[in-house]
Amino acid sequence: MKPPPFRYARPESLDEVLDLLAEHNGEARVLAGGQSLIPLLNFRLARPEVLIDLASVEELRSLAAADGMLRIGATTTQREVERSDMVAGACPLITRALPHVGHLQNRIRGTVVGSIAHADPAAELPAVALASDARMVVLSSTGRRTIPAAQFFLGPFTTALEPDEILTEVHFPMSGDLSAAVMEVAPRAGDFALAGVAGTLRNTPGRVVDRVALALFGVGPAPQRLHDVEAALIGTRITAERLDEVAALTIRTARAGAEDVHAGAAYRRQVAGELARRAVAEMVS
Amino acid sequence: MKPVPDPSARLAISVSVNGRPTERTVESRKLLADFLREDANLTGTHLGCEHGVCGACTVLVDGQPVRSCIMLAVQADRTEVTTVEGIIPEGGLSPMQQAFKEHHGLQCGFCTPGFLMTLAGVDPGEYPDEESIRVLLAGNLCRCTGYEGIVNAVMAAWGGER
Repeated sequence: MKPPPFRYARPESLDEVLDLLAEHNGEARVLAGGQSLIPLLNFRLARPEVLIDLASVEELRSLAAADGMLRIGATTTQREVERSDMVAGACPLITRALPHVGHLQNRIRGTVVGSIAHADPAAELPAVALASDARMVVLSSTGRRTIPAAQFFLGPFTTALEPDEILTEVHFPMSGDLSAAVMEVAPRAGDFALAGVAGTLRNTPGRVVDRVALALFGVGPAPQRLHDVEAALIGTRITAERLDEVAALTIRTARAGAEDVHAGAAYRRQVAGELARRAVAEMVS
Repeated sequence: MKPVPDPSARLAISVSVNGRPTERTVESRKLLADFLREDANLTGTHLGCEHGVCGACTVLVDGQPVRSCIMLAVQADRTEVTTVEGIIPEGGLSPMQQAFKEHHGLQCGFCTPGFLMTLAGVDPGEYPDEESIRVLLAGNLCRCTGYEGIVNAVMAAWGGER
C-alpha cells in the first residue's frame, strides 16, 4: 500500500525539531532512515499528522569515541557504523550485531538509533544496547534527560520516550577489552530472529568469568537481560556442566511474549537456551 | 520556524536520475519507486511487496543499493538515483545481464531489475564465495528460479573479474 497523507517538515536544526515536536505533541513522528517507519506508513499502521525528517540536521549525524564512551547520533546509518574501525575497536558487540540487522539495502539507510527507538522485540540493536548498559540521550523543548537502557524498553514497540521527546544519541560504554557474541536463529538471512542472544564476557586465563552481560531478543515482549545467568557465571570456571546450566537457566528465566506462525513461545525459549550456551562458549577464551 | 506545508502541497525536488537532472513537484507521501515509475517514466523499477521485503524496487541512491518502496521521493531530493535503465548498455546486455541469460537466472523476470541493482551497487571483492553471495542475495526474493541459476550467474560474472 501507499502512505496516508501527512505534512512533511525538514528542519535544519535540532531546536526546530524540538519546537515541531512540542507544537504537534503526539501527532508528529521523526523520520531518520525510515526502514521501520515507512513500512508502518505503507501499511497505515502509523498515521502521523506531521513527519519530521531529520536528514538536514547536521548535529545528529555523529559518531565519536571519547571519555570511555562511543556516541552514535540519530541519523548515523547502520552501514556506516558496521564499517567503522573505530566502532570495531571500541564496541565490538555492535560490529558483530550489525550484519544480522535486516539486509544490506536496509542498513544503508537504516540508523542504529532509529532501530533502538523503534524497539521491535525481535531486533538485535535494542538487545545490544541493553547488554552494553547504554544510555539514551533524550531531548524535548523543555529539557534533556538520560535514560539507562534497562529502563528504556517497556514492551513491544514501546519505550520510555514521551511523544514530544526525541532520542538524539545513544552512548555505549567502550568495551574493547571484552569478548562479544551475537547469535540468532531466523528463517532466512536478514529476517527477524525467532530467538537471539547478544553478550559480552571477560575471563581470566583459568577460564574464570570476571565480567559478563547477556541479553535476549525475539523471545519476550522486549529485550531481556539474563541477570540470573550472569550471576551464576560470575567468579566461576567455564566447564561443560556450567554451559549446561547456562542453557537451563536461560530457558527457565526467559520471558515469553513473542509468538507467531514461525515459532511458539516454548520453542523460542528452548532455542534461546541453546544460543546462550553457544555464545558463552564462544566468548570464553 | 517555517510553516509546515499541507499534505496536499506539492514539494519541489531536484534529483539526478540516471545522470539526467530531473526537477518535479511531488506530494510528500509519494514513494521514490512511484516517482521513478510515474514521474520519471522509468518502469524498469518494479514494486512487489511495498514494505521493504522483496527487493524488486532496489535502485542506487548515491551509488548504494536501497529499497525505493520504503523511501520517500522527498528524501531523494539532491541525490543521484540510478535505476536499471541506467546500467544497461545501449543496444545490448551488461555482462551481469548476459550471465543471467546464460545461467537461467530469470524466468518471469519481475525480480530481475532488483537483483541487478543490488549487484551493481556492491564491490564484488567483498563477496568472494558462494556463501557470501547467497547472504547478499537474501535481500531480493525470486519466486521462479529457486536461486540456483541466479547464484550461478553471479559467480560466473564476478568470477571472470577475479
